[in-house]
Amino acid sequence: MYDYKAGKQDWMGAGLPTEGTNAQRPRLVDVVRRDVPTCSLGERLGEVRQRAVTAGWDACVVVSQDRTVLGLLRARELDADPDLSVEQVMRPGPSTYRPFVSVEEMRRTMTERHMDSSPVTTSDGKLVGLVRKQDIAAPG
Amino acid sequence: MTQEVDREGVRLLMTQGAQIIDVLPAREYGEDHLPGAVNLPIRKIEAEASRLLDGSRPIIVYCADSA
Repeated sequence: MYDYKAGKQDWMGAGLPTEGTNAQRPRLVDVVRRDVPTCSLGERLGEVRQRAVTAGWDACVVVSQDRTVLGLLRARELDADPDLSVEQVMRPGPSTYRPFVSVEEMRRTMTERHMDSSPVTTSDGKLVGLVRKQDIAAPG
Repeated sequence: MTQEVDREGVRLLMTQGAQIIDVLPAREYGEDHLPGAVNLPIRKIEAEASRLLDGSRPIIVYCADSA
């Protein structure tokens, strides 16, 4: 017999499929943008900005070597002095959300907290991608 | 004897035909459970396990988390 001690939260936190009534509702794992640019603490902001713009983004997630989320650069931060380092400019320790969170719940949270985007991570803090307000806007 | 297994271990055992047991209350099981998992709340395990499970296949038990 095996004990999957980390349990269902670990499974869902990794964005793996589940069955049940909630599985039918759209979740962040269904809309998260996995192609969000990433950068490291010591990089020069100007180079990161160039890379983000070239990729068509106005945001970049700061990660460690093992993809643990450390911070976030949004448009305002990316427009700062290009000679500064990412670490000097980033918003450290952003709120993160799990892949299994429903789109409906995230929409409410983003409205209440005036958020444009947020990193989505596994339960151990590894980046899955970025969810943006425009990607979860209510239909109609 | 019970062995601890991580997420990748679970995925591997699934490919080998493991039976997956969700010990959470029925409501929680109904909302979300691992693919193929059957619901057997902890208080019923002793009474129902031998009837519901195949002893020749690996058995994985899980709860909500490690808390």
